[in-house]
Amino acid sequence: MANVAIPAATASAGRRPRYGSMSRNRQWALRWSYFFLVVFAFFFLLPPIYMLVTSLKTSAEISAATNPWWVYHPTLENYRELLTSNQYLTFFRNSAIVSVTVVTITMLISVPAAFALSRMKFWGSATLATGVFLTYLIPETLLFLPLFKMFAVFNEWTGIQLINRWWVLLVVYPTLTVPFCTWIMIGYFASIPKELDEAALIDGATWTQTLTKIFIPVALPGLIAATIFAFTVSWAQFLYPLAFTTSSDQLVLPVGIITTLIKGDVFNWGQIMTGALLGAAPPLIIYAFLMDYYIAGLTAGATKG
Amino acid sequence: MAEVRLRKVIKRYEEVEAVRGIDLDISDHEFVVLVGPSGCGKSTTLRMIAGLEDITDGEILIAGDIVNDVPPKDRDIAMVFQNYALYPHMTVEQNMSFGLRLKRYPKAEIRKRVEEAARILDIKDLLNRKPKQLSGGQRQRVAMGRAIVRNPKVFLFDEPLSNLDAKLRVQMRTEIKKVHLQVRTTTVYVTHDQVEAMTLADRVVVMNNGNIEQVGTPHQLYHSPQTRFVAGFIGSPAMNFIPCEMEEAGAGLTVRLTDGLSFPVPPARADRYRRHTRNGKLLLGLRPEHITEAGQHIQPGEVPFEARLDVTEPMGMETLVYFPLNGTQVCGRVNPNAGAKDGAPLKLAADLNNMHLIDEATGRVI
Repeated sequence: MANVAIPAATASAGRRPRYGSMSRNRQWALRWSYFFLVVFAFFFLLPPIYMLVTSLKTSAEISAATNPWWVYHPTLENYRELLTSNQYLTFFRNSAIVSVTVVTITMLISVPAAFALSRMKFWGSATLATGVFLTYLIPETLLFLPLFKMFAVFNEWTGIQLINRWWVLLVVYPTLTVPFCTWIMIGYFASIPKELDEAALIDGATWTQTLTKIFIPVALPGLIAATIFAFTVSWAQFLYPLAFTTSSDQLVLPVGIITTLIKGDVFNWGQIMTGALLGAAPPLIIYAFLMDYYIAGLTAGATKG
Repeated sequence: MAEVRLRKVIKRYEEVEAVRGIDLDISDHEFVVLVGPSGCGKSTTLRMIAGLEDITDGEILIAGDIVNDVPPKDRDIAMVFQNYALYPHMTVEQNMSFGLRLKRYPKAEIRKRVEEAARILDIKDLLNRKPKQLSGGQRQRVAMGRAIVRNPKVFLFDEPLSNLDAKLRVQMRTEIKKVHLQVRTTTVYVTHDQVEAMTLADRVVVMNNGNIEQVGTPHQLYHSPQTRFVAGFIGSPAMNFIPCEMEEAGAGLTVRLTDGLSFPVPPARADRYRRHTRNGKLLLGLRPEHITEAGQHIQPGEVPFEARLDVTEPMGMETLVYFPLNGTQVCGRVNPNAGAKDGAPLKLAADLNNMHLIDEATGRVI
């Protein structure tokens, strides 16, 4: 693109591009895209900025009638208090364990599933692939009540208590992540030419070897996209942990912040904002490192899936 | 090294019969090319030999063993694909050694074989590159290297040159032939390009519509095609087919094309054709190179005639001339200095020593 733009720019330097010419159209397209991108960026960055500003204020300053967008007496008190509170660290630890485990479970299920659905033609494989995606379309707001009932019945029959244990989330979250990740990976695996696995087959690879030695390395960008997705979903999930966990030592971050930092009608806004900001950090860091892979993965999935 | 045998091999997909019971014997060290138009079943046949497609009925034998139910990896074959199918995340060396590493060959042996193959294919400098960094021709070499390294019983090539540009294709064609002369592995090669088939093959198998039309050396196929399909498929520009009638003329025979134009049949062929004097559906098959400008001296079997040219196509070393004859467009090849001009008449000579007579009803050459 850049190479094309340069001669066009030098050509139009001497004279005004005529109406309807390519370079003129391009200029306007660029202006409009910049305009909307700036509006978008502003719109989406406003809340995090507000969180950051508020997190640096004392409770007194927050409730005072000063400019809400400016910190007059910056303090790190909120950060100090949260990071030294055992409760917050427990939420953080629960979230981390749940998310990492869910990502692992998701990948262990969805990668082989996607491989089988995209490559091994068996009876009903196409229907199954569609079915996997359809399960993703059912909103969790419809599912948490029946799930709650199921866990209760399970408890009656086996004596194993799932409700109000953080690890119940390890069972529940994959119902959200596995279908979508499988779907992404099916699209990605489908874009790998059929001859590649035939070559591997002739070279003497088993199906498992074809998956581990050819498909996973070749589809690594898609795999990373799926990983990030699974991590984000399990890190940010709110409804299920709210429904299934109640004791404060079993809570994950999003629910923990809400339930412990809102006491009755007293909102500890400084700490809520700080907690939310710190909680948003891990996905942000992961995104920053894997951004290029993520975009490559999403676009490949988009055109082929 | 081994021979490959196909016995009444049939491949049926749901409703379509892609391969209709073909028999084929390929002997050790032989280079056999399967050629035909797209959808003729040639690739399916190759993939059945490779084990990538199940066989609906019949038997395939490699080195005397029936391999119908043997998985590809145990058939001891190597295959080169049209799109190369190199593993994009591996270097050239890793690509070539992948099969050997899976079979847990000793490291020293793998290195020796890779180096030997790299030497044969002249790709020693590329061993540490990734496929993305290679040109089309280089990728094709690596794909061949991957096959050679395995030292298999049979090489299978599935249209390996179709993705290359015209110039490189000619060059790689020669390379493949050179490699085969060095390695001497039994080879089955699929292509839709009859020039590739003619230049590479010890024997060519012409397929059409799931059947084998004819098997023979390139020379046999060119000079004695058995069916109209083979006659028309092999050779470029294609053979002319002109509706004709066979008539008695004294002691001999003549081919009557139009009311004003009859060619005497060379006496050597007259006996063979005599039975068909009452057949109303005959075609005269004559290759363009057997319709040339009339020279000073007419050889026996050559018949001069005049034609008004529609179009001429100067090719440099020759000029192709097109003219209508008995309702069809006929192509001839004349000397560039013969003075052929669009729309002008030209004295031509047909060489009936090389004529073919085709029974239109059966499609067979008489």
